[in-house]
Amino acid sequence: MANNTFNKKIADMDNLPVIAKEKFQFAQRDGAIHDTKLETKPIGYFKDAMSRFKKNKSSVVAAFIILFLVIYSIVVPIAFANNYNTSLGDNLFLEYGKLLPKAEAFLWAGWDGCKNVELGANDYNIRRAIGVETGLSPIVTAEKFTTVDETNGKTYTKYRVKLDTYYDLGMYIIVVNKENYKAIMSWQDEHQIQVIFPAVDYKAQDSTNAQRLTERTANIWYKCNDKGVPTLDQEGNFQNIYKISNGSDNYSSLRLESDPGTWSYAAITGAADMDENGNIIYDADGFPEGGVSYKLRVCKYTYFQYIYGIEPSFVFGTNSVGQDIFYRLAQGAQFSFMLAVSVSAINLTIGAIYGAIEGYFGGAADMLMERIRDVLGGIPFTVLTTLFQLHFADKVGVVGALLFAFVATGWLGMAGTVRMQFYRFKNQEYILSARTLGAKDSRIMFKHILPNALGTIVTSCVLVIPGVIFSESSLTYLGIINLESSRWTSVGTMLALGRDYLSNYPHIILFPALFISMLEISFNLFGNGLRDAFNPSLRGSEG
Amino acid sequence: MVKYIFKRIAFALLTFLIIVSLCFVLIKLLPITDAAQFGQDASVIETRRKLLGYYDPLPKQYVTFLTKTLFGGDWGVGEQIYRTKDVWEIFVEKLPPTMLLNVYSMVFAVPLGLAFGIYAALKKNKWQDHFISTSVMIIVSVPSYVYAFLVQYFLCYKLGWFPFLMKEGTDYLSWDMFVSVVPAVLSLSFGTIAGLTRYTRAELTEVLTSDFMLLARTKGLTKAQATTRHALKNAMVPIFPMIVGEFIGIISGSMIIESIFGVPGVGGLYIKSITGNQGNPDYNFFMLLSSFYTLIGLLSGIVIDLSYGFIDPRIRMGER
Repeated sequence: MANNTFNKKIADMDNLPVIAKEKFQFAQRDGAIHDTKLETKPIGYFKDAMSRFKKNKSSVVAAFIILFLVIYSIVVPIAFANNYNTSLGDNLFLEYGKLLPKAEAFLWAGWDGCKNVELGANDYNIRRAIGVETGLSPIVTAEKFTTVDETNGKTYTKYRVKLDTYYDLGMYIIVVNKENYKAIMSWQDEHQIQVIFPAVDYKAQDSTNAQRLTERTANIWYKCNDKGVPTLDQEGNFQNIYKISNGSDNYSSLRLESDPGTWSYAAITGAADMDENGNIIYDADGFPEGGVSYKLRVCKYTYFQYIYGIEPSFVFGTNSVGQDIFYRLAQGAQFSFMLAVSVSAINLTIGAIYGAIEGYFGGAADMLMERIRDVLGGIPFTVLTTLFQLHFADKVGVVGALLFAFVATGWLGMAGTVRMQFYRFKNQEYILSARTLGAKDSRIMFKHILPNALGTIVTSCVLVIPGVIFSESSLTYLGIINLESSRWTSVGTMLALGRDYLSNYPHIILFPALFISMLEISFNLFGNGLRDAFNPSLRGSEG
Repeated sequence: MVKYIFKRIAFALLTFLIIVSLCFVLIKLLPITDAAQFGQDASVIETRRKLLGYYDPLPKQYVTFLTKTLFGGDWGVGEQIYRTKDVWEIFVEKLPPTMLLNVYSMVFAVPLGLAFGIYAALKKNKWQDHFISTSVMIIVSVPSYVYAFLVQYFLCYKLGWFPFLMKEGTDYLSWDMFVSVVPAVLSLSFGTIAGLTRYTRAELTEVLTSDFMLLARTKGLTKAQATTRHALKNAMVPIFPMIVGEFIGIISGSMIIESIFGVPGVGGLYIKSITGNQGNPDYNFFMLLSSFYTLIGLLSGIVIDLSYGFIDPRIRMGER
């Protein structure tokens, strides 16, 4: 068989196609023979690492998440600053605490600041009264149902209500001076939004207990029983108990639609200035001069609009002290990033120098410096932070003391890494040749060895960052350090503020917790990706 | 070996002494806070200061501290918190809850961590392994307090299975107590399980690919036999010290978990000693707890190193 095909091939050779001689030409008659230049670009150490890093998809995603979080922390405090979230330390803030997240763009997804609750008939009516008075009804939808109490066999009417937490804020009493009173009135006229609501004549309540209750609770503007439950008339309407004006409130602005024009909108306290005849001195607008102040019932929602010029709406809601979580979290994140990056940079500098000296010189110097490192490494971090806070917080501030604490023992790890790298490289031939050529120690250390160790160093630098952020958030959560100020906060503090409200207002904790979890996960993924890229031999070995 | 152990212990004690001395000096440099129980009476405060040697030169105070406190065991009485109570006694009282919590969490976490790690290593590069490795990566990164919030919100509040806080009282082994520490134990365990899984998987995959495993299979062992008798034993060499280290760490506990679940433990005591009474830290408690944390840290380092030699006699500690 094989012989057959061979013979056949021989036969084919005889029948080769004939090509004319002039069709042949020399490949290189005149051209010089030389190597062609390489078309591809040379790949250096970092480029090689970069190409390896790009293949690691999860790390790339992590890098983008980190980028996103960094941008969030930088952009939000600048772009989303408004009158509300920049005016911290205002007592008014507490009135707007614990509002649920509300985003205009995601109202359809249930991100609307509402919560579903079951209310008894009384609670339901109190909520309804807010809506009737202000026109901003906290009850979005309501569904009536009856339940039977197992213990006593009674039937109760209850409501499944979708409650808007923003409108549920209701009323509150403020005491303002003449100028503010005028300002609110003119703002009302300009925007046609009712801020001031009629004063209530609490003496109009039938029982003394109800009177006391009405005096304390700004939301009650109707006849009610001792528990604040509205007493309805025959048609099921609330019966108002508004005070009739005697003209002293000087109110000349928007009135409620149902107002016959006689209701009083402000209660007056304090003494007016008198002239020598005992007559009250009035200013040009007819307001009494002097220490007269006006006690107003204002709707929290519209009063917010008046004070801050925006409608209350918080993407992440507000926490227990009324801070806008979206904005405050960005501030906390900014602080965390800045702290972590500066700690990482300082650690790198100190650690690199210390580790380089240790690793390069070896011997007794190494021995001694290692023991120093051992001793410092034995100090528990919490103890160290506490001592630094006690000593330096007064002198360099809380942040400075915290930074010192992080740096004081933080460089130990970096020094260890650099030391190992120096041990690895210092006996290689190229170092020997550099030394033979007369290079100084410092030049060999920082010009010849350190660049080779850079990959490992960069990786451990990145891996320091999540550790710092975690420690910082733990310490602030525990209250060992307190970073809270108008400019800074910490994710840990934000978590601590939400701790007591975990069951009813989980959103206060949710967003900071989500933020820190995302940050830690992506930094670890990113760091591991970097390590694999720089040291392919270490791939797969975790930790 | 014995020489090495002594060397390590001697050096650890020296380190301990240096750190505690540093702490002592740093605390003494702070302004004096007087014990709150003696009120505002200047003469009483003055007498007490003299009696306790506040006006002695620092070296003399240091010697007193060494002889009376550090080696004598008299850590004084609570001045801002637990006033007039013996500091050491309060500390000993706080140990059991912390240890209880951590023992439960270790008992729960170690077998699970090992099991997941072994499973992932055996199924290397299959979907089970990818699933476990990815979850581990995520779980390891998320801080423990986030688990604490999740556990508290879902298990304690939504489902109502467990109480929010640890039960009060000293009946540490009762069933009620066990139920009340479950949330804290769970929150502590997530991280440990994930860490152990990751470590076990890494070590075991390395051992499974080594030559002696091939030999074991060639001489006729089944895969199960080879894995349990040869691979696991070898993989345990680095894993076991890690577990031992965690066990030492159980006494020091987790401050943040203790504070979230209201565990009356050492971590809570430490925080109390810092925040103290109206911002005045209690230095007596602080000194004792700082020394305690330092000692535990150093001790676990030694035990981890020594356990290498213990579990695998081929490893001679202290030799180069």
